[in-house]
Amino acid sequence: MDFGFTDDQREIQRTARSLLGERAKPERVREHAEARTTDRELWHELCELGWPGIAISEQYGGGGLGRIELSILCEELGRAVAPVPFLPSTMASTLIEHAGSPEQRERWLPGLASGESLGALGGSSDGTADLVVGAGEADVIVLVDDEGRARLVAAGEAEITPLEAIDPTRSAARVRAQRGDELPGDVPGGVDRALVAISSELVGVCERALEMTVAYVKDRKQFGVPVGAFQAVSHRCAQMLLDTEKARSATAFAAWSAGADPDGLAEAAAMAKAAASDAGREVTASAIQAHGGIGFTWEADVHWLFKRAQLDAAMLGGGARQRARLAAILAEKLTAAAPA
Amino acid sequence: MDLTFSPKETAFRDELRSWLADNPPDPEPVDGGEDARNAWRKDWQRRLYDAGWAAPAWPVEYGGRGATLTESAIYYEEIGRARVPLAANTLGILLGGPTLMVWGTDEQKERYLPPILSAEEIWCQGFSEPDAGSDLASLKTRAVKDGDEWVVTGQKVWTSGAHYSKWCMLVARTDTEAAKHKGLTYFLMDMDQDAVVVRPLRQITGEAEFNELFIEEARIPDANVVGGVGNGWKVALTTLMNERAGLGFALQIRLRQLLDDVIAEAARKGLLEDPLYADALADIHVRCESIRLLAWKGLTDVERYGQPGPEGSLVKWLWSETNQRLTQLAADVIGADAFTFGDSWSYELLRARGNTIEGGTTEVLKNIVAERVLGLPRLKAAA
Repeated sequence: MDFGFTDDQREIQRTARSLLGERAKPERVREHAEARTTDRELWHELCELGWPGIAISEQYGGGGLGRIELSILCEELGRAVAPVPFLPSTMASTLIEHAGSPEQRERWLPGLASGESLGALGGSSDGTADLVVGAGEADVIVLVDDEGRARLVAAGEAEITPLEAIDPTRSAARVRAQRGDELPGDVPGGVDRALVAISSELVGVCERALEMTVAYVKDRKQFGVPVGAFQAVSHRCAQMLLDTEKARSATAFAAWSAGADPDGLAEAAAMAKAAASDAGREVTASAIQAHGGIGFTWEADVHWLFKRAQLDAAMLGGGARQRARLAAILAEKLTAAAPA
Repeated sequence: MDLTFSPKETAFRDELRSWLADNPPDPEPVDGGEDARNAWRKDWQRRLYDAGWAAPAWPVEYGGRGATLTESAIYYEEIGRARVPLAANTLGILLGGPTLMVWGTDEQKERYLPPILSAEEIWCQGFSEPDAGSDLASLKTRAVKDGDEWVVTGQKVWTSGAHYSKWCMLVARTDTEAAKHKGLTYFLMDMDQDAVVVRPLRQITGEAEFNELFIEEARIPDANVVGGVGNGWKVALTTLMNERAGLGFALQIRLRQLLDDVIAEAARKGLLEDPLYADALADIHVRCESIRLLAWKGLTDVERYGQPGPEGSLVKWLWSETNQRLTQLAADVIGADAFTFGDSWSYELLRARGNTIEGGTTEVLKNIVAERVLGLPRLKAAA
């Protein structure tokens, strides 16, 4: 057993962290968030580096790497709250590659891999998806319905109403489409892979929220001591670490399962998304609380993490929905194990 | 990342699993009280010992198998999975033996290690005192040199198995002038003397797993000092570090089994269709799997990279809280029996309250995480 990354994976992580540390500094993120714009310059740079296609197979112009490598990038982009449509576009390409027909893959994957086209993915009911992150600028939108069917809708064929989501670092829209091109393959397997990507981003968000909080409570003095010396504060930080590490281990397990144990992926992905959704919300809320009054101000930047976590947690079902799924999986296992 | 076991590890698991299947312990005696139960557990360890399974993590030269950390964790997983008892002398195997291997003299190793393994001599632990719990270094039990002996007086608490133990791992103060961590010495105290009185400590489950020790001028030969006079804090820490690693895996499997039992019972009563129960059970399932992953990550990181990540300090915390949640939820799933003495679920419900206290309270674990993992400043303790 080895939970560590390979040298190549560590290199990807190192490169991504240093690049985003340079190019997605808090002031730059704030600038784009306030203007509700994508950071085009950064996105072009990421495309040059092949990020959008990292997990898409080489045959469609991607990098042909695995879900673990994708997970690493999602986590780093989450840490930075980078104002780029990486996650929505990746979720769309994941569904198309995993569940699409050869024609659908041929049609959309090369553009999504190079980043020239953008994708988005949302859950829909009666032809309407109430909030699809990335849909404001997407060329193709994958709508997954309650029965686990998915269809592709080109932006021109859908009624797209932009929304001012609380997380302004990515576009969001209501999407309505009556028709679309159904994905014929394993949609649930594709959705599970998308869940792992969202969970990875949430782990990155948690990590950053904890880092910012630890730095703040070491620095901020009240009653003559750093507030981090008070157990009411330090124990909150310890809880943030526990929640983060729980989410990280479940997410790593799910990313690994996607490649090495696909039969176990449904359960692993539900666990990861449940743990990461709850951790994302709890840890970023704690970050605001531990920053005190400052944490409630626009300038403090922790709120971007809270807002990103809110939308990510809701995406394709949060903790409660994932646990309902898990309970069904557990009940199924029990039936399967029972003597006839 | 590779979350599978190597062929060697799998072979180790298979060998143990089939041995346990072929050699089950005798049924636990229902009559005869603690004495019969103790004899039964000693007999079980003797059988593990004869088959070379008493302490696989011990080096081959001391009668173990030289098992790796992973194999040792597999050992405890399988012991848990087979629902067989732990060896009678688990404290000697996990704490006493490994401490002697690090700090003991050749004579001490030769004298004490074999009977630990064969269960001929059972060991107990004399660290905590009524006024020294989380703040262990403030302990007051005194040892005074008298010729080539030490004379010990004081009180210890939370000593499990004291009635059946031959040796007590005792930490006592040998220098009252030195700083509180520096004046301590680690002794092996013979329990077989009138100066040591054992009084069972009745706990909230109604039984007495632990004891108090009243020590009134007990005698310990100088040859029974381990690791040198004044070095007791360091020696004791070796032991405490050994305490959690292996046992954690048995506890983790035990939690899994309890959860599976509760899920099965909930399904039988149709409660899995109740969204509130389904949500609570699934949440515990996620926690349970996280504990497994964090425990394995902590262990394999040590094995591969030489140092543990932050997981080590998180596993016990998460396990203890999860076991409490589970036993609480189980009480509602099971119903009346779970609130009646004599039922295993009522026992679990009550026993679980100790989990967040024993072996380091959750509050102390949070302090450790905050200070050592996150690097937060320490609030100055009152003088």
